[in-house]
Amino acid sequence: MSRRASIAIERWTPLSRAASIIAAALVATLVLAPLFLDANAIDRLTTLFIYILLGTMWNALAGYGGLVSVGQQAFFGIGAYAAIRLSHAGVAVYPALILGALFAGLFSLLLSTFALRLRGGEFAIGMWVVAELCHLLVNLDGLIQGETGTSLIALDAIAPGHRRDDTYWLALAAMVTLLALVFALLRGRLGGSIQAIRDNEEAAASLGVKVLAAKRITFIIAGTGCGMAGTLWLASSITFQPQAYFGVQWTAYMIFMALVGGLGTFEGPILGAVLFFAIELFFGASGIWYLVGLGAAALIFALFLPRGIWGTVEDRFGLRLLPLGYTVRIPATAEPTAGGDRSASTAGSLPQC
Amino acid sequence: MIWVNQIVQGVLLGGYYAVLACGLSLMFGVMRIINLAHGDLAVLAAFLVWLLTERLGIPLAPALILVLAGMAALGVALQRVVLERSLRAGILVPLLSTFGLAIVIENLLFEGFGADTRSLAPAIGSLAYDSWSISDEIYVGRLSVLIFALAVLLLAGLQLLLSRTQLGRALRATAEDPDTAELVGINSRGVYAAAAAIAVVTAAIGGVLFAMRAAFAPYAGPSQLIFAFEAVVIGGLSSLWGTLAGGIVLGVAQSIGAQLDPHGFLIAGHVVFLLVLAIRLALGSAEARGRLRTLLGKSA
Repeated sequence: MSRRASIAIERWTPLSRAASIIAAALVATLVLAPLFLDANAIDRLTTLFIYILLGTMWNALAGYGGLVSVGQQAFFGIGAYAAIRLSHAGVAVYPALILGALFAGLFSLLLSTFALRLRGGEFAIGMWVVAELCHLLVNLDGLIQGETGTSLIALDAIAPGHRRDDTYWLALAAMVTLLALVFALLRGRLGGSIQAIRDNEEAAASLGVKVLAAKRITFIIAGTGCGMAGTLWLASSITFQPQAYFGVQWTAYMIFMALVGGLGTFEGPILGAVLFFAIELFFGASGIWYLVGLGAAALIFALFLPRGIWGTVEDRFGLRLLPLGYTVRIPATAEPTAGGDRSASTAGSLPQC
Repeated sequence: MIWVNQIVQGVLLGGYYAVLACGLSLMFGVMRIINLAHGDLAVLAAFLVWLLTERLGIPLAPALILVLAGMAALGVALQRVVLERSLRAGILVPLLSTFGLAIVIENLLFEGFGADTRSLAPAIGSLAYDSWSISDEIYVGRLSVLIFALAVLLLAGLQLLLSRTQLGRALRATAEDPDTAELVGINSRGVYAAAAAIAVVTAAIGGVLFAMRAAFAPYAGPSQLIFAFEAVVIGGLSSLWGTLAGGIVLGVAQSIGAQLDPHGFLIAGHVVFLLVLAIRLALGSAEARGRLRTLLGKSA
């Protein structure tokens, strides 16, 4: 079988190596950005990092895990609320932001025993109810003063310039750490398991995939990530009004970013977040039509381009910048009937374990 | 006595939830789709009736007929344009597409009608506030009682439709297995369109009742969807009458919660919903989410 010997299985292509180096260089540049960018740009970038974090977390849940949640704003709000409470109890403000996110992670761990046994639409709306309930219960806390809300007062004590840069670095660090974690996990055994579950839960279980454990890890990472996004949002806006944090519009944003960018691809939600960020920047002022546009885009992409922009590009050109799976290269001479280098079409169907 | 009153009010509220929820339940039973735009479609119908009666001066009855006919057509369009394609793409896509649709509908309503809350109460005159007294301390609103009666009639009608008519048999067969149904000559596309039309019309009736009972605004849809979904799930997706039972449980929980605390109405409803779900999962009867066969109960 000399023919088989010529088939190469590879993960890193020269292109993806170059892309990784560029990504690393970009992160290094971003670390130094406060030295040469003005305050406004730093604020904008912080917002962008939060969006990327949210898009990636929602994509990890839905695009890989097959769990469509309409209630991730629960963790966003709980993270911010926990940070307020911790800061109020005397914890230093930046540690409180990180602990708040971890608290959201702990909450998702507790919730996972219940929520992950729901399926499809039940999970989607069940999570929504959880988010609504969290909102109502947080409103009962005297410290929050109902919908009036409160502020992260401790952050006001820090000089605005320092605060802006510190929040920026924290957002950058959180985004890079959580994205790297998702990347590492999805490349490993979990990636294969969770996608097998997404495609067919019963079949995956019969092959020995630990369904609940794999879903749980994804769910907890997504909960922690959304919690972190919430505390970062709190750090950049200072005020905490429950309605602004527990609102279902966050889910709309996350769906838009993941779906338009490319559900089930690593690069997709990053692209989606950048697009969302740009659209908000240019059209956010147009108010309602901007929201109509977001909803319509989600609807149209779901119907006509469910793989999103990046997924479509990947499929068509076999492009993989940050590869999670493997690519099979079949040289044209080895398999005349295969019709040349069809690496792109084979890569998608291969399990990643 | 105050508690008896709250329970009576809660039971009557449950009738409204049953009307709102039966379409959601039907669509889930036949197509396995949870339509996240269900609540917004209900509110859309309320706005349309308001537009015809308040703005154009059309009497309520013809306005209702016009709107319900329009909503039926919208249901067919929804099936043809959105749901059919979503269904082919897998189980997650219908959630994404209907969520996108929900956002479009509610924001267009906001764009068209503004943030003001409206009500259809003026259109029904004294019916909006008339009540019957049962005892010195218990009064029931005539509208609430009529809505409850309407719920029972609507559910009975749907039950008859499903068990006795040709369309009902086709619906049940398609719910069971669309491919096999096609083999015996059922046009499953047409059946799905009919199911979507019925579901959207019942949502519209729910929306109109909601608008008669209370004030409504463009963003009222999501909370109505949540209530409808809670009623369906508490009822166990097991039968249309289960939806009524679920609605009553939800209504009573909310009504008692409201009596306990000003914030209690919503909290109690959500807590009861999550408790029922948790208990059901603990008992391991998660497969209660059956298709239409179980939706119809043993009687079919």
